[in-house]
Amino acid sequence: MVATISKIATGNGHGENSPYFDGWKAYEANPFHPTDRPDGVIQMGLAENQLCFNFIKKWLMHHPEASLCSAEGVDRFKETALFQDYNGLPEFRQAVAKFMGKVRGDRVKFDPDRVVMSGGATGAHEMVAFCLADPGEAFLVPTPYYPGFDRDLRWRTGVELVPVVCESSNNFKITRNALEAAYEKATEANLRVKGVLITNPSNPLGTILDRDTLRSVVKFINEKNIHLIGDEIYAATVFMEPEFVSISEIIEEVECNRDLIHIVYSLSKDMGFPGFRVGIVYSYNDAVVSCARKMSSFGLVSSQTQHLIASMLSDDDFVDSFIVESKDQLFKRHKYFTWNLSLVGIGSLKSNAGLFIWMDLRKLLKEKTFEAEMDLWRVIINEVKLNVSPGSSFHCNEPGWFRVCFANMDDHTMEIALLRIRTFMLKHNEAMVPGKLCRRSSLKLSFSRRRVDDFMSPSIMSPHSPIPQSPLVRART
Amino acid sequence: MGLLSRKATCNSHGQDSSYFLGWQEYEKNPYHPLHNPKGIIQMGLAENQLSFDLLESWLAKNPDAVGCKRDGQSIFRELALFQDYHGLPAFKKALVDFMAEIRGNKVTFDPSHIVLTAGATSANETLMFCLAEQRDAFLLPTPYYPGFDRDLKWRTGVEIVPIHCTSSNHFQITASAIEEAYQHAQKQNLRVKGILITNPSNPLGTTMTRAELDLLIDFVTDKEIHLISDEIYSGTVFSSPDFVSIMEVLKDRNLEKTEVWDRVHIVYSLSKDLGLPGFRVGAIYSNDPTVVAAATKMSSFGLISSQTQYLLSVMLSDKKFRKYYIAKNKKRLQKRQRKLVSGLEKAGIGCLESNAGLFCWVDMRHLLSSSTFEAEMELWERIVHDVKLNISPGSSCHCSEPGWFRVCFANMSEDTLKLAMKRLKSFVNSTTSSYNKSHQESKHIEKWILRLSFQSFHEREQDER
Repeated sequence: MVATISKIATGNGHGENSPYFDGWKAYEANPFHPTDRPDGVIQMGLAENQLCFNFIKKWLMHHPEASLCSAEGVDRFKETALFQDYNGLPEFRQAVAKFMGKVRGDRVKFDPDRVVMSGGATGAHEMVAFCLADPGEAFLVPTPYYPGFDRDLRWRTGVELVPVVCESSNNFKITRNALEAAYEKATEANLRVKGVLITNPSNPLGTILDRDTLRSVVKFINEKNIHLIGDEIYAATVFMEPEFVSISEIIEEVECNRDLIHIVYSLSKDMGFPGFRVGIVYSYNDAVVSCARKMSSFGLVSSQTQHLIASMLSDDDFVDSFIVESKDQLFKRHKYFTWNLSLVGIGSLKSNAGLFIWMDLRKLLKEKTFEAEMDLWRVIINEVKLNVSPGSSFHCNEPGWFRVCFANMDDHTMEIALLRIRTFMLKHNEAMVPGKLCRRSSLKLSFSRRRVDDFMSPSIMSPHSPIPQSPLVRART
Repeated sequence: MGLLSRKATCNSHGQDSSYFLGWQEYEKNPYHPLHNPKGIIQMGLAENQLSFDLLESWLAKNPDAVGCKRDGQSIFRELALFQDYHGLPAFKKALVDFMAEIRGNKVTFDPSHIVLTAGATSANETLMFCLAEQRDAFLLPTPYYPGFDRDLKWRTGVEIVPIHCTSSNHFQITASAIEEAYQHAQKQNLRVKGILITNPSNPLGTTMTRAELDLLIDFVTDKEIHLISDEIYSGTVFSSPDFVSIMEVLKDRNLEKTEVWDRVHIVYSLSKDLGLPGFRVGAIYSNDPTVVAAATKMSSFGLISSQTQYLLSVMLSDKKFRKYYIAKNKKRLQKRQRKLVSGLEKAGIGCLESNAGLFCWVDMRHLLSSSTFEAEMELWERIVHDVKLNISPGSSCHCSEPGWFRVCFANMSEDTLKLAMKRLKSFVNSTTSSYNKSHQESKHIEKWILRLSFQSFHEREQDER
C-alpha cells in the first residue's frame, strides 16, 4: 500500500515514548490537591514560574486596554485581528527588545529589528536549526540538557545532537577539553558540526555560565567557524549573585564574528506565560534574521497576545518592579527549599537561577548505576509521592542527580513536599551532617548515549499536558 | 563551507514571486482616502473585512472573553499556564460545532480528531511532515494559492506536481488531468503521496462540484493515496450551489468504515471565515488516529495562544451569535462580490462565475498584447504602476493560461472598490483607444516607457508555469 504515514510521524523523534512513564502516570492518576486530594502526588517536574501572578494580575486590572476589552481596546480590535505581518507589531518588537535589555541590567541594547517571533522557544529552536543546518549535520550540546532539545532540534530537521560531557567534579562546567572531545567525536562519526547550543542560565542545573567559560566558548566557535546558539530563556530568573552574563555582553568584549551568534528567548519562564507561546529568535546575522522571519510564518505569535505583551512590557515602572519582585520571590523560595533540604542531609548543586534545583541523591543509590537511579525515582514517586525528574533524562553522565522544581506551587504545597521529604529521609536513617554538597571524586562512568525515549517523561518537556484538575481541561461549554 | 543551511539560502520560501512583490509595491505607496488618494489600492489581499462590526459588538457585550475572565473571575493565571498541545477542550468543541454549522450540520466533527495549529500555514506544513517524505509529491489542481509553494515544500522537501485545469471547462478538475499529473510525477521518479485541493477554491472563488469530489475520492481510493481538503473558505459560500464538504461526500457514499476514510484530512482556519488572520487559528481534522497523534505533537512548534483559544471558545460557543454571523457575513460577501462583478462588466471585463471566496477570478485575456505570460506580466506591471491596483497575476497562482488575475473585494470599503473600478475603466478605455491609433508605433513607445518605469522591477517568479 502506497499511502503510509511519514517516518517522522511514526518514529520516536518526538521523544515522548518511555518505558519509564511511572512518574507522569502516577501524577495524572493521583494529582495532589490541598483539599480534594491531600495525599496525591505533588508535581515537582514542572519548570513553571507561578510566583508572580498576583503582581501581574494587579497590572492587568489597571490596564484593561491591554486586553482589547475596554472602550480604547475594542477600537484596536480590528487592526489587531487583521495584523498577520510576520515582522510582528512594531510595538511588540520594541517592548521585547527593551525587556531583554532590562533583564540584562541595561548593559546591552537589543535592536527591535532583529527580534523574530516564533511558536514559543520550542518553535524558536526548531527554526534556528532549520536556518543553520542541513539534515545530517550536528550541534554540540553540553550535558545535562533539557530533554526537549532532542525533539526541537532534531525531529523534523534531521539535525543531530552530540553531547559535550560535563562532570560533577567541577560542578558541570563546560571545559575546552570537553568541547574539543565532542567536536572530535562528531567528526569521527562523519557529522559536520554546525554549532554549539548552550543554555544560560542552565536547565537543569540552575547555574549561570561564568565570564571565563563564556569567553572560552565564544573563542572555540570562532576558531572552528561554527555557530553559537545561546538559549537565555531563564535570564530573568537569576535571583542572586553572581550576576548574569549574556552572550550579548561577551561579544562586546571579545573578538567575534557576529554572524555566528544567535539568542533564543521566550516569556514562558521569566514571566510565567507558557500558554501565550511567545518565542523569540534574536540573531546578529542578517541573513538568519531574514530567513527566520519568513519561517516564522509557521509559528507567529497571536496578534492578540502581541498586543497584550507590548502593552505590559512598554510599562517601564511595571517591568522594573516585576524584575525585582520576581527575583525576590524566587530567592526566598529557593533559599527556603534548599535550607530545609540541607537540614535532612540533602544537598544540591549550588545555584543562583532557574525554577529548579539539581538535587544530589547519589548517596541514596543502591549502586552507582542508572538502573539504581530509576529505582530511586520510582520510590520517590510512589512512596514519597513527588514527581521529580531523573538526571538520566537530561543525558547526565552520572547517576543520582534529580531536577526538582520549586516555583510552580504555593507555600502550602511546598510545606507538604518538604514534610514528605523529611519523613522519607528520617525513615531511611540517612541523617548526615547538614550543609554543603559532598564533593566526590569524579566517578568517570562511561557515558553511553541513551536514546532519549528511554528516559523521557513528557511532563519535563514543554508543551505538555496540564495539571488535570485545571478548570480549563475540565471545562464544558 | 556553507555557513547557513540550504533551506536558508534557496528560494523555496517563494518570496520572490510576483504575488509578494505586488504587496511590496503597495507597501511603498498605499492608498488612503485622505492621506494618499493617488496611492495603490490593495486588491491582492484575501481578507474579510466586511463583518468586523458584528465581532466588535459581540465583544462589547462579552468583555470577559477578551479580558481573560470567566463569570467575572480572572482566569488569567490558568490561561497563562495552559500549554497543553491537546488544546483547550472548550475551544475545540466550539470550533467543531462552528465547522458543522457551516456545513449545514450535514456532517458532524469529533473534537478529539482536531489538531490546533498556528494558522492554516502551519496546518498545511504539518500535514506534509506527517504524510510525506522528502522528494515525495502531492498533486495540486491549478491555479492554486501561491503560499502553497512555501507551506508545502520549503522545509519539508516535498514536491508539488500540478493538475492542469483550464478555462475551457471553467477550471474544473477532470479525470484525465489528474491521471496526466500522476503520470508526469512518475516520470520524474516522484512518489505521489496524495492530492491537495482547496474547496472553495483560491483563487477561483468557486465550490467544487459533487462530480469532481467523487472523481477525487475514486482516484485516491484506486491509487491508495491521501486527500487533503483545504476548506478555509467554507464559510464564505454566499450563493448556490451549496458548499459540499469532502466529509459529506464520504458520508453520503457510506465510506465511513473503508480505508479511504482514514486518508482524507481537512485543513481549516478562522482567518477567512471570521476575518481573524492575526490570531493564527488553524486546525487539522483527520480520521486517522496516527495522523492526529503525530500532528498533535508537531503542533508544539506552533500552538495557538491560550488567550486566543479562550476568547474564541466563548465566541463560537455562542450559538445565537454563530448563526447570525454566518448568515449576515454571507449576505455581505454576496453583495460586495456583485459590486465587483458589475464594476468589471462596465469596464468590459468578465470573470469566472463564482459563489464563494473573497475574490474573483478575472478574465483579462483580451487585454494582453499576446497570449503569453510575458504579456501577462507587462499588463500586471501597468495595472500596479499606472492604474495603481495591486491584483495577483494568474501565473503566480500557476495558472496554465495567461491573462487571468485574482482580484479581491472584501478587504476594502465600498467607496474604495468604486474608485478601483473607475480607475480600471479609464485604463481599459485608454488602452482600447490607443490601440486603435497606429498599432505598431504605440506598442513600440509603450514598451520603451515600460522599460524605463520598471528598471527597479527585476524579480521574476522562479518557476512560472
